[in-house]
Amino acid sequence: MMLQIRNLHASVGGMEILRGLDLDVRAGEVHAIMGPNGSGKSTLAQVLVGRETYDVTGEVLYEGRNLLAMSPEQRAVEGVFLAFQYPVEIPGVGNLYFIRTALNMMRKQRGLDELDAMDFLALAKERMKFVEMDQSFMNRSVNTGFSGGETKRNEILQMAVLEPKLAILDETDSGLDIDALRIVANGVNALRSKERALLVITHYQRLLNYIVPDRVHVMANGRIVRSGDKHLALELEKNGYADFEQDTAGGARSAAGVTS
Amino acid sequence: MSRRENTLLQGLSRLESRRNGHDPVWLKAFRHTALQRVSERGFPTAKDEAWKYTQIGRILDVAFEPAEADASLRLSSAAIDQLAGDLGGARLVFINGYFSPQCSSLKKLPEGVKVKSLASALAEEGESLEALLSRPFGEQTHAFTALNAACAEDGAFVQIPANTVIEEPIHLVFLSDPGAAFPAGPVVSHPRSLVLAGPGSRVTIVETYAGILDEVYLTNAVTEVILEEGAAVEHYKIQNETETAFHIALLDVRQERDTQFATHSVALGSLLARHEVTVGLHGPGAKATLNGLYMPQNEQHLDNPTTIDHIAPECISRELYKGVVDGRGRGVFDGRVIVRPGAMKTDSSQTNKNLLLSESARANTRPQLEIFADDVKCAHGATVGQLNEEVVFYLRTRGISQIAARNLLTYAFVGEMLELIRVQPLRSHVEKLVALRLSAGGVGMVAA
Ligand SMILES: Nc1ncnc2c1ncn2[C@@H]1O[C@H](COP(=O)(O)OP(=O)(O)O)[C@@H](O)[C@H]1O
Ligand SMILES: [Mg+2]
Repeated sequence: MMLQIRNLHASVGGMEILRGLDLDVRAGEVHAIMGPNGSGKSTLAQVLVGRETYDVTGEVLYEGRNLLAMSPEQRAVEGVFLAFQYPVEIPGVGNLYFIRTALNMMRKQRGLDELDAMDFLALAKERMKFVEMDQSFMNRSVNTGFSGGETKRNEILQMAVLEPKLAILDETDSGLDIDALRIVANGVNALRSKERALLVITHYQRLLNYIVPDRVHVMANGRIVRSGDKHLALELEKNGYADFEQDTAGGARSAAGVTS
Repeated sequence: MSRRENTLLQGLSRLESRRNGHDPVWLKAFRHTALQRVSERGFPTAKDEAWKYTQIGRILDVAFEPAEADASLRLSSAAIDQLAGDLGGARLVFINGYFSPQCSSLKKLPEGVKVKSLASALAEEGESLEALLSRPFGEQTHAFTALNAACAEDGAFVQIPANTVIEEPIHLVFLSDPGAAFPAGPVVSHPRSLVLAGPGSRVTIVETYAGILDEVYLTNAVTEVILEEGAAVEHYKIQNETETAFHIALLDVRQERDTQFATHSVALGSLLARHEVTVGLHGPGAKATLNGLYMPQNEQHLDNPTTIDHIAPECISRELYKGVVDGRGRGVFDGRVIVRPGAMKTDSSQTNKNLLLSESARANTRPQLEIFADDVKCAHGATVGQLNEEVVFYLRTRGISQIAARNLLTYAFVGEMLELIRVQPLRSHVEKLVALRLSAGGVGMVAA
């Protein structure tokens, strides 16, 4: 099992956002997490990459090891990656330099040789093709003055270069037009492999036409309230999330009962 | 005058007797007036607006002795390269304020260019220097400038004739080596430099101040730059004294019509430093650019007062100062822009940004616009902030350690200032100093 989440709780300032979440993800699988705004999808993603804002209890095993005990940078070195819903701007830090620094710091931690500027450029150029980016992106400051679509593509480019084992995509599709959506999806599909797992968080079913998931989970009020195969996404598209929001508000389903 | 203040003046009588007979009459009179000014005014206190943030009690408490010229003091050129960088052009080296011909290298310069020590200029040019030396010594002069006037014996003298262009930078290196100096104990030096850029001339001047041993000493420097019509001067000042030293300096600039002056100050060293820049725009069409980077850490206090005086119409001034404050350090920016009546169509902008890296770091920023003319464009802005923790987290999720992420972001903040350094070997030298400073806090990783 690549990722095992058991009874995960996260709160901030006494307000509970994740309220006993369970999830299992195997290597090679693509899981989609869908749910209404405010259900805690981004919080789950942030907790998995080590955001310190939240008080977290429960258990998260990544390749059998305690993920919650690792620092954010350690998790990255171990192969966990998040494509942020809202990537930050970093004025004054060149994109190329940033991605090379990230890759080399990870390689060093993994006991691999660092890539020199030439080798890195060759790799970056190849991966830029996945997301149809041109080199002018690389000379600009990270995400500074990028359009919404450009920041999302830049997240996928980082993923393509850093080659994580567990990649979490947080609403990478939001705000993208159909062309950008196709580019992002192609970038993601190019990385699908037996060794990798993907956790695709999305509000809409649309993206799942391009990235076909093995499992679909519905999240509401900080829990996974229903799981199924790709057909569940279509059902949600038709009926919306209203049912689920009522379900958990009434406490009708137990977390354990729906994740099997 | 209080007993404390006398300590800094005590050495003066010794200096006078030592100098007895050397000085021409006009210089004796000039020094006497300056000394009187010190006694009348006294040293600045917290009540002086311009010294509000910088208290000098710590300096006055030390019993400084005036440094002496010592020809036996020598440094290899490799050692000087290490301390000040090798910029490829002429290099004048001063040790404890006195010119060291052995350590200096004077390249062949164009016809009529004078690059020499102030001591030899005083001997050779004589009375013609009187008006020049007394210039920055006006009504507003504080005790340190007056003390420099009273005591200065040496420094650099640079004179560029009309329409002469010097491509390679002229490097003025002021080294303090109190360990070897006479007398033993804390010494004070008063370097005084003059740069005269003739009409239509162009030159780059780099001043480096550095210390060799971690001892207490005081550098009290005055540098004056005069640009005649159409001249262009690019000036750099690297203050990298030891962290036990005191550094008080004035850079005074006079610009005539259609001149271009730019100065870049990098303040890294000293326990307490105050580097003041005053620029007078006397002729229309003149442009002044003032850039500054200050990086106090530990207990360092680095003060950067600037005054840009728009006297003539249609002048431009641009000012950008950035501070990075760590430890219990304190950075001060005090930027005055005066637009005199008649200075119409003045175009002035001023920006000061501060980055605080620790809980106990402090920054004071005080932009002051005094506008007495119509039809002017004046903008200013000041910020004091911390590293964006959202960004630090983002970098950490990309495998970049917390320390490296903080260094990377700090370097990005500083990078803008480094890119403004146009003398390539100087930029590399400063990049190294800054990288060293940023990596001192932990495992270093900075942008190359
Ligand atoms: N750091 C935080 N501080 C305060 N409230 C938060 C914080 N993070 C998330 N929340 C709140 O938790 C809820 C879930 O947010 P989020 O995880 O972003 O939901 P989703 O991504 O599913 O839209 C929202 O009500 C949001 O306002
Ligand atoms: Mg979200």
